[in-house]
Amino acid sequence: MDDFLAARLQMTVSFVFHIVYACIGMTMPWLMFVAEWKWIKTGQQVYLDLAKAWARGVAIFFAVGAVSGTVLSFELGLLWPNFMEHAGAIIGMPFSWEGTAFFLEAIALGVFLYGRNRVSNRMHLISGLVVGIAGVISGIFVVAANAWMNSPSGFDWINGQANNIDPMKAMFNKAWFQQALHMTIAAFASTCFAVAGIHAYMLLRHKDNDFHRKAIRIALSFGIVAAILQPLSGDLSAKNVAILQPAKLAAMESLFKTSEPASLVIGGIPNVKEEKVEYGLHIPKLLSFLAHGDFNAEVQGLDKTKKEDWPPVPIVHFAFQIMVLMGLLMMGTGILFLIFKIKWKENLDRKWWLIWLVGLTPVGFIAVEAGWIVTEVGRQPWIIYGIMKTRDAVTPMPGIQYPFYVITLIYILLTIFVFWLMKRQILAIQTNYQDILSHD
Amino acid sequence: MIEIIIFVLGIAVLLYVLLGGADFGAGIVELATGKKGINTISKAIAPVWEANHIWLILAVVILFNGFPRVFTTLTIYLHIPLFIVLVGIVFRGTAFTFRYYDIQQDNTQKHYTRIFRISSLLTPFFLGITLGAIILGNIPANVNGTFYEVFISPWLNLFTFTTGIFVTLLFGWLASIYLIGEAHDDKSYQTFAKTARIFFVSLILSGLSVFLVAEIYGLHLFMKFSQSLLAIGCVTLATVVIPLLWINVNRRNVLQTRLLAGIQTACIIAGWFAVQFPVMIFISGGSDLTVWNSQAPERTISLLVDALIVGILIILPAFAYLFKVFKFDNKGDEATN
Ligand code: HDD
Ligand code: HEM
Ligand code: HEM
Repeated sequence: MDDFLAARLQMTVSFVFHIVYACIGMTMPWLMFVAEWKWIKTGQQVYLDLAKAWARGVAIFFAVGAVSGTVLSFELGLLWPNFMEHAGAIIGMPFSWEGTAFFLEAIALGVFLYGRNRVSNRMHLISGLVVGIAGVISGIFVVAANAWMNSPSGFDWINGQANNIDPMKAMFNKAWFQQALHMTIAAFASTCFAVAGIHAYMLLRHKDNDFHRKAIRIALSFGIVAAILQPLSGDLSAKNVAILQPAKLAAMESLFKTSEPASLVIGGIPNVKEEKVEYGLHIPKLLSFLAHGDFNAEVQGLDKTKKEDWPPVPIVHFAFQIMVLMGLLMMGTGILFLIFKIKWKENLDRKWWLIWLVGLTPVGFIAVEAGWIVTEVGRQPWIIYGIMKTRDAVTPMPGIQYPFYVITLIYILLTIFVFWLMKRQILAIQTNYQDILSHD
Repeated sequence: MIEIIIFVLGIAVLLYVLLGGADFGAGIVELATGKKGINTISKAIAPVWEANHIWLILAVVILFNGFPRVFTTLTIYLHIPLFIVLVGIVFRGTAFTFRYYDIQQDNTQKHYTRIFRISSLLTPFFLGITLGAIILGNIPANVNGTFYEVFISPWLNLFTFTTGIFVTLLFGWLASIYLIGEAHDDKSYQTFAKTARIFFVSLILSGLSVFLVAEIYGLHLFMKFSQSLLAIGCVTLATVVIPLLWINVNRRNVLQTRLLAGIQTACIIAGWFAVQFPVMIFISGGSDLTVWNSQAPERTISLLVDALIVGILIILPAFAYLFKVFKFDNKGDEATN
């Protein structure tokens, strides 16, 4: 295997793996916080059970998140040393702030998971909140670093060297806000729908179980808000991409020719050779509106970019369609929930609704992975957009396929183990959770 | 400015060795003691290992932000040992957590235990190899050369092997000292005290062998140490502390024992620093990467300093709180988590 390809695949595998744990690490502390807060407020045992049951699972996810994140921070250099040599001084700053957030998170997590019998209830609750806040902040910092790769700023590129470096400007680049917002909401949407789905499955098997019903309620209270906000935030992102990275937007939409106005393509198979989309549904003028807020605006197509600088169009196109489809599914579910909440409340306990929730378990995470593929693959062939090609950043060490195989194998194994452990956990907890948790 | 960064980097390395090192060492001690210590070990490291681990991440971030060329030189030429370290970190962290958190206790824990122990041994060894490669100066100035010359021989030789052993023993020793304080009954106290003694003797011997092997490679560590006042001071202090340490172990003064072991480790690291500064990586041919020629531009450095100072003001009290909760009051010990 080509070393460059191997390096890219290794990076991809590492991120696709890490991002799942990152989302869970950002979101679960908030759910546990709410459960525990409700316990303190209402005194109902079931909320405490819930907080404890979740904590057991979260400890496992955090450990995997921490080690896979460590792998990433080394891989930036192991795989892309020429990138880091220039980028380190420019975007190291958000990472160094992130360090503080990680510390706080890990410390508070120690207290939250292991300190229930050692600190007061109040301190315990606060530590949960600190984990949640620190997790979200660290997510925002890393995403700001990634946004810089899409919208590089804060330096002058002269003769292959970065001059006049300003890390502040680099961090608060033109893409950071949209990406950080979209990512944070995505973490909540994906994790909450997954949690709701798992508890809905258990509720189907054990009717009238208050434990699972309350779990669904807490998870959905966050998940619904996130699901409804997400397409709005995605629209902001798309408008931003249209300005900053027109080639990425053109690839997302498979817009081969610059058009005024441009129509939105739904579905379809891009044919790169003949530069057209087959079988797609074309809605006139809609892309102009979505990208620029004006039904007659010009939208730049791939024809304005040298063909050798095109991102892999089909991958970006399919990934984008998948993300949007998942987003609309989740948004629809959110709106349905609100309608039922106001009017036909009994539906929320119906079997079909629970089955629907079970079906939605993976969709948030599918959208997260698809969205990152849009962002990262859509930026290709650039590692720093318009500045440095990914190919020029790769490590000179040959034989990268071997570390790639090793990492891939390890992550496949870990995924299997985590699923297996979760299954054991869930089955054990649902049959005799009071017994198990009373020992905690 | 840059001095502050170097200082924090040194502290991060020291704390990673002391805290993270003791966590790895716990796995090594488990290898030595078998089943006997397993409960003590699990309970002792479960709440703190993630926080302890972040000192390494801090060191990496300081490197790639403040000294990008140092970071990329390490990751290019020491790709292989660093990759093995990473694999070790992944296996150890996950195996430990899976073992501790698995809801049903049955046969599967045995496998986690085996992985936990082996990776606890492997990781410090390859960290030590990396350290040895930085000191040795066999890292080439560019990638022109055979695969062996460029990517293998800088780190695979007798010298790095001895530094690997040294770091492994250091971690094992720190863990046994630390676990002495966690032992709640006589028997486990005896076990850990005995392990600590064995590790200590081996550590001294392996330290000596590092110096001897260095002579073979023309490194002249003896001479370098004797020329630096700081290094002489460190060696003297470390020696003076030895009898005090063992008196305290025998009297079971937990806090004093840990403090003295910490001082000894600090002496080792400060001594290394004294003979190395201002070089960060020795390069073959003499174009070494120093603090001065590899640092990031001034604006980056000053922002990094700000971030570190603010960070430390937030982190240190939080850390103190964590250790107060888990290490200095023993109430609620019956609870499993
Ligand atoms: C639950 C997850 C989720 C959902 C439902 C959506 N997205 Fe998304 N999207 C992500 C999760 C995500 C992400 C994985 O978090 C990305 C990758 C990078 C980023 O900042 O967010 C992303 C990136 C991303 C980008 C690329 C940004 C860039 O490259 O800078 C665009 C244009 C959109 N999204 C647009 C949308 C639209 C129009 C959606 C409408 C339904 C949508 N997303 C739903
Ligand atoms: C700060 C955050 C991030 C940084 C610094 C970063 C950096 C990089 C780098 C250096 C590459 C190599 C270029 C390439 O092979 O295309 C890459 C590719 C990639 N990254 Fe990111 N990334 C970040 C966030 C993410 C996240 C969170 C994911 C998601 C899961 C992700 C997914 C990918 C994928 C899928 C590729 C492969 C693209 C391809 O092969 O064409 N990235 N990223
Ligand atoms: C270049 C990219 C990245 C690097 C180098 C990186 C590094 C790390 C590291 C070292 C950790 C472990 C911290 C600990 O020990 O607790 C971690 C965890 C975490 N990361 Fe990443 N990460 C990257 C991408 C991302 C992205 C894109 C996000 C999110 C949006 C993210 C969110 C998190 C969160 C929330 C955690 C803590 C939760 C957990 O440990 O499960 N990371 N990351």
